[in-house]
Amino acid sequence: MIAITGLTKHFGKKMVLDGLDLTVPKGKNTVVIGGSGTGKSVLIKCAVGLLRPDAGEIRIDGQDIIRMDERELVRVRRRFGMLFQGAALFDSMDVGENVAFVLRRLKMYPERQIGEVVEEKLSMVGLRDIQRLMPAELSGGMKKRVGLARAIASEPDILLYDEPTTGLDPIMADVINDLIISLRETLGVTSITITHDMASAYKIADHIAMLYKGKIIEVGTPEQIRTTSNPVVAQFVQGRAHGPITDESEEFVRFVSR
Amino acid sequence: MTDSPAKKSGATRLVELLGERVYAMVLDLGAIFTLFLQVVTSMVRPPSEIRNIVKQMEEVGIRSMPVVLVTATFTGMVLALQSYAGFQRFGATSFVGSVVALSITRELGPVFAGLMVSGRVGASMAAELGTMKVTEQIDALTTLATNPVKYLVMPRVVAATIVLPVLVVFADLLGIVGGYFVSVYLMGANPYVYIAKTYQYLEFKDIYTGLVKASVFGTLIALISCHYGFVAEGGAEGVGRATTRAVVASSMMVLISDYFMTSFMF
Repeated sequence: MIAITGLTKHFGKKMVLDGLDLTVPKGKNTVVIGGSGTGKSVLIKCAVGLLRPDAGEIRIDGQDIIRMDERELVRVRRRFGMLFQGAALFDSMDVGENVAFVLRRLKMYPERQIGEVVEEKLSMVGLRDIQRLMPAELSGGMKKRVGLARAIASEPDILLYDEPTTGLDPIMADVINDLIISLRETLGVTSITITHDMASAYKIADHIAMLYKGKIIEVGTPEQIRTTSNPVVAQFVQGRAHGPITDESEEFVRFVSR
Repeated sequence: MTDSPAKKSGATRLVELLGERVYAMVLDLGAIFTLFLQVVTSMVRPPSEIRNIVKQMEEVGIRSMPVVLVTATFTGMVLALQSYAGFQRFGATSFVGSVVALSITRELGPVFAGLMVSGRVGASMAAELGTMKVTEQIDALTTLATNPVKYLVMPRVVAATIVLPVLVVFADLLGIVGGYFVSVYLMGANPYVYIAKTYQYLEFKDIYTGLVKASVFGTLIALISCHYGFVAEGGAEGVGRATTRAVVASSMMVLISDYFMTSFMF
């Protein structure tokens, strides 16, 4: 279980996370939704220790990762797998080397078994016979799947997805959705997904949390979020151009241009 | 900021700008020094990254060899030409060999190799690491149980530190040979006198201080270029900016550190 309390992060004068609280139950997929630039990526980068927050706690099975030094963090990070927005495949290595990267670094398998293990991980994301291809030769959806295979290679128990369906066509987006669901079911991993793709959120989520102005303003099951009474959440999930979120910035624009 | 920039006088603005620049420079220097300490501590921790170091040595050494050698040869040649013209005025042309050998080994070999490597290797390091940074590959390394400084920076710094003196040995050699050819075949100097004068005044110290300089240049170039790559942000434009900064800063550091090392070592 991941328990985040009072998480605060500034960049310069800009307050990105403002005392955010979120609980991610074990073995479930929690989807964090929110507009672009609201700090969703910052949230999961704090969770995996890529960014140090200014204040707050992130407890993973009771251990607070914010108070850890770099060496302890390295040990905790082995429990995490992360799928990056642009897949972030190492473009100097072929697909096989990408997936095998962490296996070789941690010497998890003897060298002669690595090929086999990599093929098995790739088959879990529905790919085969592509180990010799370079990342530049892959389509966007394939890159994401290879990125996913790389993230699950070390058998993490927590998976973080940074906008897994962004930039994919609807069919490929649904393939990724199905993969996320099947990974949760077969591996029993706890996951946090950040997205603004509501179709994907409804499909893969056990819980949906809405991030707005640096705080989680509502958490609920997909059904609860769909029928929410909170006007801010409602505007976002229904994708309306007019509502409380945009009113405020329109007022601001009027104020500035006056 | 409460008052708008328009209300400030030109002088205030100038001082402010200067302050900002100096502040940014001090921050960069601090970050580069921290990076250096991280590189040193990561050298002793397993795994050894020996494969990466060898790969970088190939990249820095073998690939830079042609450009460094061509530069060194022509430097030696033009040096012979110029000193011949100058020394002729007071009949000291027999000393051209000594001047060429001393200038090349003490100064021009290491500095020109350093400048060429700043341009060629510094740019490619900053661009490569910068691209990895903006496409989140460096974050990905961290999530895959790998310290990016140890995996990316340390091998580059170690390789550049080892390989630059090797490049300079060849540069020294070709610079002297270039000077010899110009003096003997174009200016009609006596080959025996030329070689004798070259040996007579050249001490071992001249050569090894040059090599020590080259080693320091290698460390500085790799550290500075990796630093600017690591702090790149904002897509392709950011990578371009990082590359420019890396080349400018490392070339400047080569010349600045060269002065101080020379004043301490001789």
